[in-house]
Amino acid sequence: MNEQHLFSITALFETPDEIIHAAQETQKAGYTHFDVNTPYPVHGMDRSMGLKPTRLGVFSLVFGIIGAVSAVALMTWVTSSDYPLVIGGKPFWSWPAFVPIAFEVTVLLVAVLSVVTMIVLYFKFPNISHPLHDTPYMKRVSSDRFGISIEADDPAFNEAAVREFLKKIGGKDIAAVHYDLEDLNHGQRMFDPKFIGVLALTALLVSGATYIVFNQLLFMEPFSWMMTQSKLKAQRPSELFKDGIGMRPPVEGTVARGFLPYPFKGKPDEAGKNLVNPLLSTRDVLDRGKSKFLTYCSPCHGNFARGDSRLRGQFPNPPTLHSDKVRNWPDGNIYHVITEGQNVMPSYASQISRDDRWAIVRYIRVLQRAQNAKESDLK
Amino acid sequence: MDYTRELPVVEGRPHPAELDATIAAPLDQFPTRTWWIVLAVTLSFLSFGAFCVGMTFYKGLGMWGINQPVAWGFDIVNFVFWVGIGNAGTLISAILFLLRQRWRTGIARFAEAMTIFAVICAGMFPILHLGRPWLPVYLMPYPNQNALWVNFTSPLVWDVFAVSTYLTVSFVFWYVGLIPDFATLRDRTSSSIKKTIYSVLSLGWRHSNRHWQHYERAYLILAGFATPLVLSVHTIVSFDFAVSVLPGWHTTIFPPYFVAGAVFSGFAMVQNVLIFVRQAFNLKHIITLDHLEKMNKVMIVTGSMVGYAYAMEFFIAWYSGSQFESFVFLNRALGPYAWAYWTMVSCNVIFPQLFWFKKIRRSIPFMFVIGILVNVGMWFERFVIIVTSLSRDFLPSSWGHYIPTMYDIGILLGSFGLFFTLILIFVRILPVVSISEVKAVVEGGQPSHH
Repeated sequence: MNEQHLFSITALFETPDEIIHAAQETQKAGYTHFDVNTPYPVHGMDRSMGLKPTRLGVFSLVFGIIGAVSAVALMTWVTSSDYPLVIGGKPFWSWPAFVPIAFEVTVLLVAVLSVVTMIVLYFKFPNISHPLHDTPYMKRVSSDRFGISIEADDPAFNEAAVREFLKKIGGKDIAAVHYDLEDLNHGQRMFDPKFIGVLALTALLVSGATYIVFNQLLFMEPFSWMMTQSKLKAQRPSELFKDGIGMRPPVEGTVARGFLPYPFKGKPDEAGKNLVNPLLSTRDVLDRGKSKFLTYCSPCHGNFARGDSRLRGQFPNPPTLHSDKVRNWPDGNIYHVITEGQNVMPSYASQISRDDRWAIVRYIRVLQRAQNAKESDLK
Repeated sequence: MDYTRELPVVEGRPHPAELDATIAAPLDQFPTRTWWIVLAVTLSFLSFGAFCVGMTFYKGLGMWGINQPVAWGFDIVNFVFWVGIGNAGTLISAILFLLRQRWRTGIARFAEAMTIFAVICAGMFPILHLGRPWLPVYLMPYPNQNALWVNFTSPLVWDVFAVSTYLTVSFVFWYVGLIPDFATLRDRTSSSIKKTIYSVLSLGWRHSNRHWQHYERAYLILAGFATPLVLSVHTIVSFDFAVSVLPGWHTTIFPPYFVAGAVFSGFAMVQNVLIFVRQAFNLKHIITLDHLEKMNKVMIVTGSMVGYAYAMEFFIAWYSGSQFESFVFLNRALGPYAWAYWTMVSCNVIFPQLFWFKKIRRSIPFMFVIGILVNVGMWFERFVIIVTSLSRDFLPSSWGHYIPTMYDIGILLGSFGLFFTLILIFVRILPVVSISEVKAVVEGGQPSHH
């Protein structure tokens, strides 16, 4: 048996009039640590008990302001800075559209936070091990009686005097309420194995459920994130075709855009005779030719087409393009060599488009003239 | 009848302990055979709905009747319908509280519970309508790896905020009201399991007047904020339509018209269900015929407002001089969906006018039938607004006709199954009437100088 401490002396009353009177008398008698318990709010009790007005409204005001300001701030930042979208040609920061959400967030914060503040800050709830719980007194004030409880820590408390006082103001069923320190502390032990167990179980359940939902459930049929679709996909087998291949080869003789068949295969002289450079020697064309030349040709032919390869002998050096032979070639011949290749030089037809090849030819002409400049060119 | 003094809110002068016993009775007894039968019926509706929802999840929205041009069908009709039903609860608990209508105490708890259940039913539909209904989290603005935000200027996003706020605030309101009742139940039960549950739910409430003081202020604050919230919810739902440019939707009358319609249908639903509750649980002296009559009066007011809105829509369609507007309204009354339109008009405007007769207003069978008709009419109102406008818009080449499939109808039935199942469970495990509020309005419950 643990030590019992006196918590309060309680008395019951039958009618609302009696309890109002009793509360006034208790206040007059100088008690401050007392409480009135009634099954419903009795009008005028605040004044009879001498309670100060509640400040809950101030909290609500603060929550409301926080709600409105934060909602407008978030929407302002999102719509005008982080993720601006043009909608109906309206300004990014179009405040009338913010009114509904700002209002809803304000109401939400006020309602939820006011109630939480009341419960946690004012009531100090949850607390289900108060000394008054489970007493005959609490059972009556929960239902049909009105009670006063004068607490033992009141400065003016004296057990005999309080009993006498309560009897005098008409209280019935006067009783003492005791509490047991052990009992009161029971609910607050952080390292209670049961409490730890519940925490661990909750953590396990929450993490397990999260894992199952986000890593398993969300990827089961039908939640396939549209990865499984009945359409035909390239690189996949298909039962529809005889060869079982999903991707179809083009029809025989198909000509791809920009890849017309080359008519002078193996006939460099005819190419030289018949082909004419379709590009003019403009700045754009020369820039393009330079860029392609430096990319594709210069590794072997050198930046100035002198045949000074950068490959350090790993590949045979080509002859210089400034020889008389090449300088006297028609454009078509150079074009032919790029297209077909020559000796160890492979064909570049698949890497360099037709127009780019002609641009390179123009650029080679510029290099040839620059490397073999005449006196008259310098004037 | 003596009209010089206010009629008692609770008939007779029941002793507080008697009230406890009456209201808590259903919680202490094993459910009756009737309850099980009704539960079986509602559960079968619910399971059919669950099957249809499951098929929608598995196969996709193609199971429904929606397509271009009618891309909003039963899903949105049901959403607006259920949100409307949900409007009555918080109206009763918040607006009538601010207006000091003491008769609300008998019906407030039940109406609030109904609000929560109706909003749950409502919330289901837009989520199913998403197409990928397992991703509703994308509706909320949260910082994500794709660096995307929701479009805050879209009425559909306003809807997300309005409905979720409404659900949360209604729940908080309801729970705050339940706290003292949980304490009363805790102190009168003899079962230790129930006692533990009620103790936890009551958070340790001690009926202390130092607490009642803050509690009453919190209730006032909640009521003050919930009042504009009630009006905002259906206003914002109506923005889904009014902010678009479709003829028949693009009207400024929608917000007040929708709110009136919501209160209208919500009160009809509360009245319908309460008729059974007061009968089944012997609450006739707490939920009196006067309560039902007052609800019928609210219905005649809001029903007439709805009727006025119907007439005004026609007037504006003519007065605007817009041929598209005029066509849409003529098409509503005379086109392929004329049957739906005239069902709506007769159920919402004509039948409720019978409530002008006091005998009908106070006759249980009459008010029950009219209440059902009102909800049928209000459901068709949303159907008419959504489907007729979408199926016949500007270009005749893009006209279409909407026919719901079995899955559409199944999900509608399923939502009714869900709603009534939740109500049946609610009436067995929680007090359907607020014990502490009713005690406070019984004659002699307050000090005589007040």
